Amino acid sequence: MNRFIKDKKQLSIFITAGFPTLDSTAAQILELQSKGIDFIEVGIPFSDPMADGVVIQESSSIALANGMNMDVLFDQLDSIKNQVQIPLVLMGYLNPVLQYGLEKFLKRCKDLKIASVILPDMSIEIYERFYKELFEKYEVSMTFLITPTTSNERIQKVVNASSKSFIYLVSQTSITGKKQALDSSLFERYSEIKQLCKGVPVMLGFGISTKEDVENAHLSCDGAIIGSAYIRSLMEKKDLIAELV
Amino acid sequence: MISEKKYTAVDDLGFYGEFGGAFVPELLRDNLEELSLNYNLLKEDEAFQNEFVSLLKHYVGRPSPLYLSQKLTNEYQCPIFLKREDLNHTGSHKINNAIGQILLAKKMGKTEIIAETGAGQHGVATATVCALMDMKCIVFMGEKDIERQAPNVQRMKYLGAEVVPATSGSKTLKDATNEAIRYWINHTNAYYLIGSVVGPHPYPAMVALFQSVISKEIKTQLKEQTGSENPTKIVACVGGGSNAAGAFFEYYDNEEVELIAVEAGGMGVDSGHTAATSAVGNPGVLHGSLTLLMQDEYGQVIEPYSISAGLDYPGIGPLHAHTIQVGRTKSISVTDDEALKAAKKLAVYEGIIPALESAHAIAALDKIDFSSNDVVVINLSGRGDKDMETYLNFE
Repeated sequence: MNRFIKDKKQLSIFITAGFPTLDSTAAQILELQSKGIDFIEVGIPFSDPMADGVVIQESSSIALANGMNMDVLFDQLDSIKNQVQIPLVLMGYLNPVLQYGLEKFLKRCKDLKIASVILPDMSIEIYERFYKELFEKYEVSMTFLITPTTSNERIQKVVNASSKSFIYLVSQTSITGKKQALDSSLFERYSEIKQLCKGVPVMLGFGISTKEDVENAHLSCDGAIIGSAYIRSLMEKKDLIAELV
Repeated sequence: MISEKKYTAVDDLGFYGEFGGAFVPELLRDNLEELSLNYNLLKEDEAFQNEFVSLLKHYVGRPSPLYLSQKLTNEYQCPIFLKREDLNHTGSHKINNAIGQILLAKKMGKTEIIAETGAGQHGVATATVCALMDMKCIVFMGEKDIERQAPNVQRMKYLGAEVVPATSGSKTLKDATNEAIRYWINHTNAYYLIGSVVGPHPYPAMVALFQSVISKEIKTQLKEQTGSENPTKIVACVGGGSNAAGAFFEYYDNEEVELIAVEAGGMGVDSGHTAATSAVGNPGVLHGSLTLLMQDEYGQVIEPYSISAGLDYPGIGPLHAHTIQVGRTKSISVTDDEALKAAKKLAVYEGIIPALESAHAIAALDKIDFSSNDVVVINLSGRGDKDMETYLNFE
């Protein structure tokens, strides 16, 4: 079963665990669920987030200063596990996962029914050589990133490894949090990629900040993922979700 | 040819033993593939090699001298040679790699170069080769390093480079590297000229190869001066580890030559204010490779500390992580104070003012047991002009 397949276009929100306060994460998840968000990416903060722009850098360093870590996060998720119906995805850089212990991490993911894990700095080649066996042992699925310039051959390889997750299509080659509207010259490529993914859901992320972006993402993809714009709205105490849903 | 090397060879994913690889987001994959392809073609290309060697000779001033320090020899009772990388154009070994990579960037048709720098030596080297090759140059440098290495900042700007302060985290080399990587993701046409044997494959292997000219020359020069091309010990400081990789490179497979990497102990390895990665670190992923890393129990990177901006880095090149782990390279550490005293000693003994980084290698002499049969080479990786303010404050 693939929990990311739905008969409607989806909207996903990325949150930074431990931001704005250490204990805000569980409440945020339940609130987003109640507002109709389809699935949530829970960001594991890292000290050196090299693919992130200033907004997620800042939320990550605040979260770490608040005391967020892997144990605290798993305990918080455990406290709401009976109330969460939508898929939860854990997203973060590889190092905190390795240092926590991959097997211990996957065991807790399995116990909490985490729907997928995204580790952007781990390529599919490294996954397959070193880590795939453990992911399969604990029945935890990986979601990989592709970009509009990823070759069709490589997309095929990623699709083959993603039957229980989704394809995270990065809207353009840029770090998270870019404010410009989506580049319409790429829409055709998104459609091509959607065709190549043969039923594995394609979610468009990075640089999605407005209702218009979400609508454009939904033209060709199965869903849109909002990260920096949501976190910025928390910083500015605005209700972005009300504007989007 | 390369596969015959026991220590310096990498596997198909860029690993030295368990360390190395390419841990980067998909957004950088095309860039790294393009780089690997061009690097693999050009490193075997005779015309490219000739151009590299010619620039090293006529522009950089190589070979750099191998100088027998009579006073250090008298003190430690065995011949002690200094490999004078401080005499290179721009004042350190960093120019060797910068020349190699700028030629590669040119062949790849690149017009914009980005770089990170700690002490500013790599930034100056990069700004220099960019002027030479008419390329646009942006150097990322920690805000704290901009303050403590002001002369090098002025040199970079005078050469036409833009110096961008990194204001996140510890505001040092680690953060400058993060900023350079982010810029690279956003500007995939730029060429990222990494200054040390760190980062994702193929950078560590490429930088080590361009720096290997140091050990090639040591072999020839030592043979001329002593009759044997092999010292018994080679000593070099290690931040990321490019000068050490270059000084050790040709000797890795000769296990009779002891390789000693000197890390920055800062205020002491156990003080909580150190950059001695191999002493306090464990395996982790930062800046694109799996290596030894200073980190807390949850895998957050610990901000390193050293008085030397060039050694103030929480990781170490994967080649060093591998060779230290398997026992081929020995690592020791030297504190700020010991390095400062060693700098003064070399100035008084030989009339040579070393860079703070290189002063760590000199200070290590007091931590090594020598016999009269020893023949020692210290890689004097850079000159101390940039550190005069620190040196004068210490007196």
